[in-house]
Amino acid sequence: MFAYIVRRSAYGAVVVMGVLAILFALFFLYASPQEIALRAVGEKAPQEVIDQWIENHGYNRPLDELLVDHYRRMLTFDFGRSDADDTPIIDRLREGAGPSLSLTLPLFVLGLVLGIGLSLFVAYFRGTYIDTAGVVLAVLGMSVSVLLYIIGGQFLIGKLLRWFPISGFDPSPDLILRFLALPILIATAEGLGGSLRFYRTVFIEETSRDYVRTARAKGCGDGRIMARHVLRNAMIPILTRVVVAIPFLFTGSLLLESFFGIPGLGSLMVDAIQGNDFATLRVMVFIGSLLFIFAQIATDVSYTLVDPRVRLE
Amino acid sequence: MEGYIFSNLVALALVVSAGFALATARRSDLWREAGRTIARRRPIALGVVLLFIAIGLLDSVAWVDGAKDGASGGTLSETQPRTVVDRFFPADFKERSYSAPLADAEFYGGASLRYPGSHLLGTDILGRDVLHLTLKGVRIALLIGGLTSLIVIPLALVFGISAGYFGGRSDDVIFFIMSTLNSIPSLLLLIALVMVLGRGPVQVCFAMGVTSWVGFCRVVRGETLKLRELDYVQAARALGVSNARILVRHILPNVTHLVVITFVLLFSGLVLSEAILSYLGIGIDGSWGQMIDQARDELSRDPIVWWNLLAASGALFCLILAVNFVGDAVRDVLDPRTVREDV
Repeated sequence: MFAYIVRRSAYGAVVVMGVLAILFALFFLYASPQEIALRAVGEKAPQEVIDQWIENHGYNRPLDELLVDHYRRMLTFDFGRSDADDTPIIDRLREGAGPSLSLTLPLFVLGLVLGIGLSLFVAYFRGTYIDTAGVVLAVLGMSVSVLLYIIGGQFLIGKLLRWFPISGFDPSPDLILRFLALPILIATAEGLGGSLRFYRTVFIEETSRDYVRTARAKGCGDGRIMARHVLRNAMIPILTRVVVAIPFLFTGSLLLESFFGIPGLGSLMVDAIQGNDFATLRVMVFIGSLLFIFAQIATDVSYTLVDPRVRLE
Repeated sequence: MEGYIFSNLVALALVVSAGFALATARRSDLWREAGRTIARRRPIALGVVLLFIAIGLLDSVAWVDGAKDGASGGTLSETQPRTVVDRFFPADFKERSYSAPLADAEFYGGASLRYPGSHLLGTDILGRDVLHLTLKGVRIALLIGGLTSLIVIPLALVFGISAGYFGGRSDDVIFFIMSTLNSIPSLLLLIALVMVLGRGPVQVCFAMGVTSWVGFCRVVRGETLKLRELDYVQAARALGVSNARILVRHILPNVTHLVVITFVLLFSGLVLSEAILSYLGIGIDGSWGQMIDQARDELSRDPIVWWNLLAASGALFCLILAVNFVGDAVRDVLDPRTVREDV
């Protein structure tokens, strides 16, 4: 087990190097300093301003030096300054992580509980009208664009019904829920279709196994079969989907945060896109990948925890 | 070469190759049977998809009415190439500002319209007919799905099959590339690629191709690993058949069903991701995503302008829903591993 974790982490480290190589190729080799500077200072800027910008941001050094610097800085989390407004990127990351987590964490838990609960319910009634209705609703829900969910939800709940403020954010404990309620509600509804369909397939595959028949034969109640036998045996596909989603809790949600004015990491990313801030973009992609690689390792290890048959050698 | 001539040629090539593919498929029992089952199970969804494809193709065929150099003193409409879809509408079908569906007067102010009562879905802020814009979006949506698949499928097939079939060093390298690309969250990679490559339909499709080929490649690799050990492949190898011939005659036909399944399942995801890119300001011009993005502030006007948002998202919803239904049927019919369910 320990040897496996070490070996898996070593492979993860090699993959991190690969990700950094891709980032270097994209942001230093493909996009020339001239191009990046032009986008940052504007198309019509005089050449001296562009040259000055390139020098200030250190893009004028030879490529091999840039490559070494790129690896060294990313791996030591010394991210430097933003290309757009010269603030240290690490400060922006620290500021944004809190609001992002306060949005994504409840969203994650709510989505998970509702998704699994509803799918168990629908799978329990497989072959009946409830099941058919569930599947059709899930496909309908999946076919609507996220944009429409957000725009429609803001209009319906925020403007017509006036239940919650349309957008904004306030970290004080008695106000935060009022502002987060609407994005959480909308995003939960948006994700439900996809997770219902996924978990239902998983549960239905399990309910046709022999052990379910045996449990039923020995007189086990249906509710107990679903909750104790089916749910536990379906843990591997569930974990595969859930653990990999954890990194996105930190990087936040681009669309939700920017629509609802939540100053998290998703908003930071949107600002970077709109301001052609390549330095911040680079860091965000790297952080996202790093967390994602950790999550993939965690998924593999967690298989052994839920299923003693899985041996990692 | 003029843009519209290229577009005509591509449309022609698509029709010819689709006809060729259909003719080939009809000769095989498996594909004929699969086609029939899908048409029987999802007739409406299949019809909607075909309708969208027809609109997209008609919008790709364009020609110029008058003299191209304007020597005959032609108006703008006579010198500009117009597609078949454009020709359903009057040449200068514009108003000055918003007008509600089938209205006689402008929405704000009430000035009289040039074409009273004829804008079925109203007009947008610039006075363009919304129905016309929505129909033009069909071609963009199909382009997003089609062009990206043209990038994804060959890439995944070449890498997946060679990793699975040859194994060893090439498998290690390809697997490393796959796991590296797979380790970058796809939306972040997509955004980074579009930012670096620049805007434009080809760039966006290329970026979406790069972010979505890995999953398919993994499936192809797994299937090839299995096929390689089958008796008839072993027999072919024992008889001294060349690798190239084994790949083309024995491996490739046995992964074709995966190509079809992936194409249909990939499609809706791609069109929906483009909508997100449009919101971020890096989408494709004229797409439904962009229409939705432009319409998002109109709901806070007073009185509200709703027809823009509704037309674009309604069209998007219809296409995605139909493709999702057809995709499920395709997977059920072609993938032997899925449990048959009669929903």
